[in-house]
Amino acid sequence: MKARVTVTLKSGILDPQGKAIEGALRSLGVEGVTAVRQGKVFDIELEGADRAKAETLLKQAADKLLSNTVIENYRVDVLG
Amino acid sequence: MKSAVLVFPGINRERDMARTIRLISGAEPAMVWHTEKELPVGCDLVVIPGGFSYGDYLRCGAIAARSPIMEAVRGHAAKGGLTLGVCNGFQILCEAGLLPGVLMRNENLRFICRDVYLRVERSDTPFTRGYNAGQVIRVPVAHGEGNYIADGETIARLEGGGRVIFRYASPDGMIDPNWNHNGAINAIAGIVSERGNVLGMMPHPENHVESAVGPTDGRGLFAGLVEALEKAA
Repeated sequence: MKARVTVTLKSGILDPQGKAIEGALRSLGVEGVTAVRQGKVFDIELEGADRAKAETLLKQAADKLLSNTVIENYRVDVLG
Repeated sequence: MKSAVLVFPGINRERDMARTIRLISGAEPAMVWHTEKELPVGCDLVVIPGGFSYGDYLRCGAIAARSPIMEAVRGHAAKGGLTLGVCNGFQILCEAGLLPGVLMRNENLRFICRDVYLRVERSDTPFTRGYNAGQVIRVPVAHGEGNYIADGETIARLEGGGRVIFRYASPDGMIDPNWNHNGAINAIAGIVSERGNVLGMMPHPENHVESAVGPTDGRGLFAGLVEALEKAA
Protein backbone atom coordinates (compact mmCIF):
# COMPACT_ATOMS: atom_id res chain seq x y z
CA MET A 1 0.00 0.00 0.00
CA LYS A 2 1.22 3.48 -0.78
CA ALA A 3 0.72 6.56 1.33
CA ARG A 4 1.82 10.15 1.47
CA VAL A 5 2.52 12.32 4.50
CA THR A 6 2.63 16.04 3.81
CA VAL A 7 4.29 18.28 6.38
CA THR A 8 3.72 22.02 6.24
CA LEU A 9 4.69 24.93 8.46
CA LYS A 10 1.97 26.21 10.76
CA SER A 11 0.58 29.58 9.83
CA GLY A 12 2.36 32.38 11.63
CA ILE A 13 5.71 30.56 11.60
CA LEU A 14 8.23 32.60 9.66
CA ASP A 15 9.56 30.70 6.63
CA PRO A 16 12.77 32.33 5.38
CA GLN A 17 13.27 29.59 2.77
CA GLY A 18 9.79 30.16 1.35
CA LYS A 19 10.50 33.88 1.25
CA ALA A 20 13.75 33.32 -0.67
CA ILE A 21 11.97 31.06 -3.17
CA GLU A 22 9.26 33.68 -3.58
CA GLY A 23 11.94 36.28 -4.37
CA ALA A 24 13.66 33.95 -6.85
CA LEU A 25 10.37 33.31 -8.67
CA ARG A 26 9.84 37.03 -8.96
CA SER A 27 13.33 37.56 -10.35
CA LEU A 28 12.71 34.76 -12.89
CA GLY A 29 9.73 36.69 -14.15
CA VAL A 30 7.13 34.23 -12.81
CA GLU A 31 4.39 36.72 -12.12
CA GLY A 32 1.44 36.75 -9.79
CA VAL A 33 3.00 34.73 -6.95
CA THR A 34 1.93 36.35 -3.70
CA ALA A 35 3.38 33.89 -1.16
CA VAL A 36 5.45 30.68 -0.97
CA ARG A 37 5.60 28.33 2.02
CA GLN A 38 8.02 25.41 1.83
CA GLY A 39 7.06 21.99 3.17
CA LYS A 40 8.00 18.31 2.90
CA VAL A 41 6.42 15.28 1.29
CA PHE A 42 7.10 11.70 2.39
CA ASP A 43 6.03 8.91 0.04
CA ILE A 44 5.76 5.79 2.13
CA GLU A 45 5.14 2.16 1.24
CA LEU A 46 3.41 -0.05 3.77
CA GLU A 47 2.77 -3.75 4.37
CA GLY A 48 -0.84 -4.99 4.41
CA ALA A 49 -4.02 -3.49 3.02
CA ASP A 50 -5.86 -2.18 6.08
CA ARG A 51 -6.40 1.54 5.46
CA ALA A 52 -7.47 2.41 9.00
CA LYS A 53 -4.44 0.66 10.42
CA ALA A 54 -2.20 2.44 7.92
CA GLU A 55 -3.60 5.81 8.92
CA THR A 56 -3.04 5.16 12.62
CA LEU A 57 0.51 4.02 11.94
CA LEU A 58 1.33 7.03 9.77
CA LYS A 59 -0.09 9.46 12.30
CA GLN A 60 2.23 7.84 14.82
CA ALA A 61 5.14 8.23 12.42
CA ALA A 62 4.28 11.88 11.82
CA ASP A 63 3.89 12.67 15.53
CA LYS A 64 7.02 10.82 16.58
CA LEU A 65 9.42 11.83 13.84
CA LEU A 66 8.26 13.19 10.50
CA SER A 67 6.96 16.48 11.86
CA ASN A 68 7.85 18.78 14.71
CA THR A 69 4.40 19.68 15.97
CA VAL A 70 5.72 22.85 17.61
CA ILE A 71 6.05 24.43 14.17
CA GLU A 72 4.51 22.03 11.67
CA ASN A 73 1.19 20.48 10.70
CA TYR A 74 0.88 17.22 8.77
CA ARG A 75 -1.64 15.46 6.60
CA VAL A 76 -1.82 11.72 6.01
CA ASP A 77 -3.18 10.38 2.71
CA VAL A 78 -3.46 6.63 2.20
CA LEU A 79 -3.33 6.23 -1.55
CA GLY A 80 -4.17 2.50 -1.67
CA MET B 1 33.87 15.96 37.54
CA LYS B 2 32.59 12.86 35.83
CA SER B 3 31.29 13.82 32.43
CA ALA B 4 30.06 12.15 29.28
CA VAL B 5 30.24 13.61 25.78
CA LEU B 6 27.71 12.02 23.45
CA VAL B 7 28.77 11.08 19.95
CA PHE B 8 26.34 10.79 17.05
CA PRO B 9 27.15 10.10 13.40
CA GLY B 10 27.90 13.46 11.79
CA ILE B 11 28.83 15.27 15.00
CA ASN B 12 32.18 17.08 14.59
CA ARG B 13 32.76 19.15 17.73
CA GLU B 14 33.04 16.31 20.22
CA ARG B 15 36.84 16.47 20.39
CA ASP B 16 36.88 20.22 20.97
CA MET B 17 34.41 19.67 23.78
CA ALA B 18 36.38 16.77 25.29
CA ARG B 19 39.60 18.77 25.07
CA THR B 20 38.04 21.72 26.88
CA ILE B 21 36.55 19.54 29.61
CA ARG B 22 39.92 17.85 30.13
CA LEU B 23 41.73 21.17 30.17
CA ILE B 24 39.45 22.84 32.69
CA SER B 25 38.28 20.00 34.93
CA GLY B 26 41.44 17.91 34.72
CA ALA B 27 39.30 14.82 34.18
CA GLU B 28 38.84 12.88 30.98
CA PRO B 29 35.21 12.75 29.79
CA ALA B 30 33.74 9.47 28.63
CA MET B 31 32.85 9.48 24.94
CA VAL B 32 29.46 7.76 24.66
CA TRP B 33 28.22 6.41 21.32
CA HIS B 34 24.58 7.05 20.47
CA THR B 35 23.58 3.39 20.41
CA GLU B 36 24.46 2.97 24.10
CA LYS B 37 21.48 2.67 26.38
CA GLU B 38 23.16 3.87 29.55
CA LEU B 39 25.40 6.68 30.68
CA PRO B 40 28.56 5.91 32.67
CA VAL B 41 27.77 5.24 36.34
CA GLY B 42 28.00 8.37 38.49
CA CYS B 43 28.01 10.75 35.54
CA ASP B 44 27.55 14.36 36.80
CA LEU B 45 27.43 16.15 33.46
CA VAL B 46 26.18 15.09 30.04
CA VAL B 47 27.31 17.16 27.08
CA ILE B 48 25.80 17.00 23.62
CA PRO B 49 28.32 18.65 21.31
CA GLY B 50 27.89 20.47 18.04
CA GLY B 51 28.10 19.25 14.49
CA PHE B 52 25.72 17.89 11.93
CA SER B 53 24.22 14.74 13.36
CA TYR B 54 22.77 12.62 10.55
CA GLY B 55 23.75 15.36 8.11
CA ASP B 56 20.90 17.55 9.43
CA TYR B 57 18.52 15.23 7.53
CA LEU B 58 14.80 15.73 8.14
CA ARG B 59 15.32 18.57 10.67
CA CYS B 60 18.48 19.52 12.57
CA GLY B 61 18.84 17.15 15.52
CA ALA B 62 15.60 15.29 14.78
CA ILE B 63 17.08 11.85 14.24
CA ALA B 64 19.74 12.08 16.95
CA ALA B 65 17.03 13.12 19.42
CA ARG B 66 15.43 9.72 18.93
CA SER B 67 18.63 7.68 19.50
CA PRO B 68 18.78 5.01 22.21
CA ILE B 69 21.15 7.07 24.42
CA MET B 70 18.62 9.91 24.62
CA GLU B 71 16.35 7.86 26.91
CA ALA B 72 19.24 7.72 29.37
CA VAL B 73 19.77 11.47 28.98
CA ARG B 74 16.08 12.01 29.69
CA GLY B 75 16.46 9.99 32.90
CA HIS B 76 19.61 11.90 33.88
CA ALA B 77 17.89 15.26 33.32
CA ALA B 78 14.74 14.15 35.15
CA LYS B 79 16.88 13.41 38.22
CA GLY B 80 18.27 16.94 38.06
CA GLY B 81 21.53 15.89 36.35
CA LEU B 82 23.41 18.68 34.59
CA THR B 83 23.05 18.54 30.82
CA LEU B 84 24.63 20.90 28.30
CA GLY B 85 23.80 21.02 24.60
CA VAL B 86 25.84 23.25 22.31
CA CYS B 87 24.80 24.14 18.76
CA ASN B 88 23.55 20.88 17.24
CA GLY B 89 23.33 19.74 20.87
CA PHE B 90 20.83 22.53 21.55
CA GLN B 91 18.84 21.50 18.47
CA ILE B 92 18.87 17.89 19.70
CA LEU B 93 17.64 18.90 23.19
CA CYS B 94 14.76 20.84 21.61
CA GLU B 95 13.85 17.98 19.28
CA ALA B 96 13.97 15.58 22.24
CA GLY B 97 11.53 17.80 24.12
CA LEU B 98 14.02 18.45 26.93
CA LEU B 99 13.91 22.14 26.09
CA PRO B 100 10.99 23.99 24.49
CA GLY B 101 10.99 25.69 21.08
CA VAL B 102 12.77 25.14 17.79
CA LEU B 103 15.92 26.42 16.07
CA MET B 104 14.85 27.59 12.63
CA ARG B 105 16.86 28.62 9.57
CA ASN B 106 18.79 31.85 10.24
CA GLU B 107 16.73 34.86 9.27
CA ASN B 108 19.24 35.95 6.59
CA LEU B 109 19.44 32.35 5.26
CA ARG B 110 23.23 32.33 5.67
CA PHE B 111 25.44 29.97 7.59
CA ILE B 112 27.01 32.22 10.23
CA CYS B 113 30.54 31.44 11.35
CA ARG B 114 32.08 34.21 13.46
CA ASP B 115 32.59 35.46 16.98
CA VAL B 116 29.53 36.95 18.66
CA TYR B 117 28.93 38.79 21.91
CA LEU B 118 26.60 37.31 24.48
CA ARG B 119 25.10 39.02 27.46
CA VAL B 120 25.02 36.67 30.45
CA GLU B 121 21.60 37.26 32.00
CA ARG B 122 22.12 35.45 35.29
CA SER B 123 25.06 34.30 37.33
CA ASP B 124 23.09 32.14 39.78
CA THR B 125 22.98 28.99 37.66
CA PRO B 126 25.48 26.10 37.65
CA PHE B 127 26.33 27.06 34.07
CA THR B 128 26.96 30.75 34.63
CA ARG B 129 28.34 31.03 38.16
CA GLY B 130 31.71 31.74 36.55
CA TYR B 131 30.32 35.01 35.16
CA ASN B 132 28.62 38.13 36.51
CA ALA B 133 25.05 38.92 35.52
CA GLY B 134 25.15 41.47 32.72
CA GLN B 135 28.69 40.50 31.73
CA VAL B 136 29.37 40.35 27.99
CA ILE B 137 31.39 37.43 26.68
CA ARG B 138 32.83 36.81 23.24
CA VAL B 139 32.38 33.32 21.82
CA PRO B 140 32.11 31.85 18.32
CA VAL B 141 29.00 30.63 16.52
CA ALA B 142 28.87 28.33 13.52
CA HIS B 143 25.36 27.49 12.43
CA GLY B 144 22.78 27.76 9.69
CA GLU B 145 19.80 27.01 11.93
CA GLY B 146 20.08 28.98 15.15
CA ASN B 147 17.06 31.22 14.91
CA TYR B 148 15.25 30.34 18.13
CA ILE B 149 11.47 30.44 18.04
CA ALA B 150 8.64 29.27 20.28
CA ASP B 151 5.00 30.25 20.70
CA GLY B 152 4.16 33.39 22.65
CA GLU B 153 3.10 31.48 25.74
CA THR B 154 6.39 29.56 25.86
CA ILE B 155 8.43 32.74 25.39
CA ALA B 156 6.48 34.41 28.21
CA ARG B 157 7.14 31.39 30.43
CA LEU B 158 10.87 31.43 29.60
CA GLU B 159 11.22 35.16 30.17
CA GLY B 160 9.03 35.15 33.28
CA GLY B 161 10.98 32.29 34.81
CA GLY B 162 14.38 33.86 34.09
CA ARG B 163 15.23 30.96 31.85
CA VAL B 164 16.93 32.96 29.10
CA ILE B 165 20.56 32.71 30.16
CA PHE B 166 22.40 34.12 27.13
CA ARG B 167 21.33 36.75 24.59
CA TYR B 168 23.09 38.01 21.48
CA ALA B 169 24.23 41.53 22.28
CA SER B 170 26.52 44.35 21.20
CA PRO B 171 30.04 44.42 22.70
CA ASP B 172 28.71 46.76 25.39
CA GLY B 173 25.76 44.54 26.22
CA MET B 174 22.94 46.27 24.34
CA ILE B 175 20.25 44.09 22.81
CA ASP B 176 20.01 45.35 19.26
CA PRO B 177 18.66 43.71 16.06
CA ASN B 178 22.00 44.48 14.36
CA TRP B 179 23.77 42.17 16.82
CA ASN B 180 21.09 39.47 16.77
CA HIS B 181 22.84 37.55 14.00
CA ASN B 182 20.31 34.82 13.35
CA GLY B 183 17.06 36.65 14.11
CA ALA B 184 16.20 34.68 17.26
CA ILE B 185 13.14 35.86 19.23
CA ASN B 186 14.28 38.25 21.99
CA ALA B 187 17.87 37.63 20.81
CA ILE B 188 17.81 34.30 22.66
CA ALA B 189 21.13 32.44 22.43
CA GLY B 190 20.70 30.02 25.34
CA ILE B 191 17.91 28.78 27.61
CA VAL B 192 17.61 26.45 30.58
CA SER B 193 14.96 23.92 31.51
CA GLU B 194 12.37 24.66 34.17
CA ARG B 195 14.58 23.12 36.88
CA GLY B 196 17.59 24.94 35.51
CA ASN B 197 19.70 21.81 35.05
CA VAL B 198 19.55 21.55 31.26
CA LEU B 199 21.17 24.30 29.17
CA GLY B 200 20.96 24.60 25.41
CA MET B 201 22.95 27.28 23.59
CA MET B 202 23.91 27.94 19.97
CA PRO B 203 27.39 29.50 20.53
CA HIS B 204 30.48 27.41 21.24
CA PRO B 205 32.05 28.35 24.60
CA GLU B 206 34.34 25.31 24.29
CA ASN B 207 36.22 26.99 21.45
CA HIS B 208 37.32 30.06 23.39
CA VAL B 209 39.24 28.64 26.33
CA GLU B 210 42.92 28.93 25.39
CA SER B 211 44.80 32.21 25.01
CA ALA B 212 46.94 30.66 22.25
CA VAL B 213 43.81 30.56 20.10
CA GLY B 214 42.21 33.86 21.09
CA PRO B 215 39.78 35.03 23.75
CA THR B 216 39.16 32.77 26.73
CA ASP B 217 35.65 33.89 27.65
CA GLY B 218 34.30 30.35 27.32
CA ARG B 219 36.32 29.14 30.32
CA GLY B 220 33.88 30.62 32.83
CA LEU B 221 31.14 28.24 31.84
CA PHE B 222 33.22 25.12 32.35
CA ALA B 223 35.06 26.43 35.42
CA GLY B 224 31.66 27.31 36.90
CA LEU B 225 30.36 23.80 36.25
CA VAL B 226 33.40 22.27 37.95
CA GLU B 227 32.82 24.53 40.96
CA ALA B 228 29.09 23.82 41.08
CA LEU B 229 29.75 20.09 41.07
CA GLU B 230 32.46 20.33 43.71
CA LYS B 231 30.14 22.36 45.90
CA ALA B 232 27.36 19.82 45.45
CA ALA B 233 29.63 16.88 46.27
